[in-house]
Amino acid sequence: MEEDHVEKSQDGSEDKKSTSRRDFLKNLGLAGAGALTGAAALYTGHLVESKKEMSGESKVLLTQDGKLVEVDSLEMKVVEKTGVELLQSEGREGIPGRRWVLVVDLAHCRNARMCVLACQEAHQLRPEQYHVNTLQMQDTPGTAPYHMPKHCQHCDNPPCVSVCPVDATYKRQDGIVLIDNIRCIGCRFCMAACPFSARIFQWTEPRDASRYAGMPYNVELNIPQKLGTISKCLFSADRLREGKLPYCVSACPNGVYYFGDENEDAVTNGTTKETVRLSKLLRDNGGYQLMTELGTKPRIYYLPPKNRIFPFESPVENRPEKS
Amino acid sequence: MIGMDERDKMFEKIVSDLTRHIRINTGFLVWIGFLTVSLIVCLYAYSLQLKHGLGVTGLRDYVSWGLYIATFVFFVATSLIGMLISAVIGLIGMKWVTPITRIAETIAVAFAAVAGLVIIMDMGRPERLAYVFLYGRFQSPILWDVTVVITYFVLSLLLLFLPMIGDMAVIRSKVSTLPKWLKPVYKILSLNWTNAPEQNRIIARCIRILLILIIPAALAIHTVTSWLFAMTVRPGWDSTIFGPYFVTGAFVAGSAAVIIVMFILQKNYKLHDYIYDLHFNNMGKVLALVSLVYLYFNINEFIVPGYKMKEGEAYHLHQLLAGKDAFLFWFVQIGCLVIPILLMLFRRFRKPVPITVISVAVFFGAWLKRYIIVVPTQEHPFLPIQHVPHNFMVYTPTLTEILITLAPFTMVLIIITLISKFFPVIPLCETARERDIENLKIE
Repeated sequence: MEEDHVEKSQDGSEDKKSTSRRDFLKNLGLAGAGALTGAAALYTGHLVESKKEMSGESKVLLTQDGKLVEVDSLEMKVVEKTGVELLQSEGREGIPGRRWVLVVDLAHCRNARMCVLACQEAHQLRPEQYHVNTLQMQDTPGTAPYHMPKHCQHCDNPPCVSVCPVDATYKRQDGIVLIDNIRCIGCRFCMAACPFSARIFQWTEPRDASRYAGMPYNVELNIPQKLGTISKCLFSADRLREGKLPYCVSACPNGVYYFGDENEDAVTNGTTKETVRLSKLLRDNGGYQLMTELGTKPRIYYLPPKNRIFPFESPVENRPEKS
Repeated sequence: MIGMDERDKMFEKIVSDLTRHIRINTGFLVWIGFLTVSLIVCLYAYSLQLKHGLGVTGLRDYVSWGLYIATFVFFVATSLIGMLISAVIGLIGMKWVTPITRIAETIAVAFAAVAGLVIIMDMGRPERLAYVFLYGRFQSPILWDVTVVITYFVLSLLLLFLPMIGDMAVIRSKVSTLPKWLKPVYKILSLNWTNAPEQNRIIARCIRILLILIIPAALAIHTVTSWLFAMTVRPGWDSTIFGPYFVTGAFVAGSAAVIIVMFILQKNYKLHDYIYDLHFNNMGKVLALVSLVYLYFNINEFIVPGYKMKEGEAYHLHQLLAGKDAFLFWFVQIGCLVIPILLMLFRRFRKPVPITVISVAVFFGAWLKRYIIVVPTQEHPFLPIQHVPHNFMVYTPTLTEILITLAPFTMVLIIITLISKFFPVIPLCETARERDIENLKIE
């Protein structure tokens, strides 16, 4: 049929007739389409009307694939992120409006190491794995020795974050530097770059791995720890989200730690629970920071070890070459 | 003027001399069998690391980069020689390098290819390698390194392949000892080359472009590798001359490697008419020159911080020059750099046998030098190392780790063996052309 029609058209003999037939078909098609559109419009109108009956209002929303859809407000449901997905998005974003800061009063530290134990318990660490370690320091032979708890400094210009090839370690808006062990490839460039030796690596299967197996990974706690990835001090980001002080700060029996928000200019002592002005605390006690000449801009302040309230015990094994 | 017949005869001789070794013989099978078994043993060690983690190595939280990273740097370094021999010396127009350009390119390809694998060996989670491409952040020198290592490898591979197209056509048509199953391979690889002037013009042009491109690529690859260290603030790594220091050190390692491979292939494949005393003498001069430049950078690298004695640097230098690492340090500096330079100044030490012995010392020293650059700095952090077991304070490689480190060396040997076994070690067509034989008969 079609072939016939085409041939005839090419002849030119029945041109007029075929043209008129085509026009007719076209018109019919248009009419049909018009009718359909009208019907669709009526139906849509009906739908909108019936929805109005439901709630009286509807909203136009943009879907994930970029379409605009109209949804009745009664039918809208907030989809909450759950599990690892929620922990990851919260953990990457941080707590808005905060600038966390830690003050370590060296005059009070008598190497009780309760902070170390609390931290290792909370973060699934072995006894030789430290997010915080207390070091016996002596700056020069003529100066007095003192104990110094050493955390990750949560630098504002963090060398570890710069060198990470996969964005596994990152700086949050509230000042905390975190490590995501779902992303970490275990290259250990961050360990090489950190001047504070703040980072550890899971060389072997982490402590009690079977006990933590199956737990959803919490990036703010870095648990479960994972073989072949980095771990480090997290400023107890999970506790901060609950409005609590970090594990090490709460565990200290000697009033060494003050933790708080730089924006509020207030820090709270973990032992006495006393809240003081950060600026006044630093001004009155000569607060300082570690290795500022390296330009990493640490977020931890130290108060000098003056008028120490305890005698210094015999030093531990230092670098093997020095002892 | 040489007659046509005589030229044909000369060409026949060149072809038979340079392709004689392309056959599967017992010696080859024994050697490749030995390498394969060694590789399997090493890979078994690696499987232990995959299963139990990097804890099977001597690495711990303070020294977290050890043999693997030292070997990675060493491999990248050695691969740079392809650029020095083919591009720099070749472009200057020195004809004597022609017979050894392929050796240099083979070394470049083998070491560059395996360097990439060494870095994977060092990863805590090698199965996440793809993350480097999926989530790569360009601030990280690792991304720069990945980019330039791949670029340099591709350029080197092309520089090895393009001059070989004609050679493979010749082998296919003229070599009778060739195993049957290999013929189609050469046919495909020779890309229908028929010695047409147009084909030769295109190949020559491509090679020239590659020779120029590979110079910045090679400089970039090792400068960036040095930046893995120099971009940190740690004593011993925090240096502005690490780029050129590494690049010249690379030429030292690479030149020594070329001399060693030259010697072995000349003896094994009886290439005395093509590689002879002149080449050893000249390569000896090249090695002496690059070693002198490297010595100059070494003096800078240690005297400048040593004069100032900043706290961190002072402790590090003290350990290196007079402390725990002193024996290794002076062994490398004196035994593998200063003494070889002094010897190589004399012509008789640039004869094949002595220069090869010297090269072995230099090559081994170059690896030890990478170890000295990578490890001691990590044993000397800014803050004291306390409350950790003794093996956290001092790095001692484990047997498993040493076996795993041997894997890339075995792989390099396998690659070099295969390339030099199945292709002419010396560029065939180029040698013929340099001896005024233009009309090579190819069927």
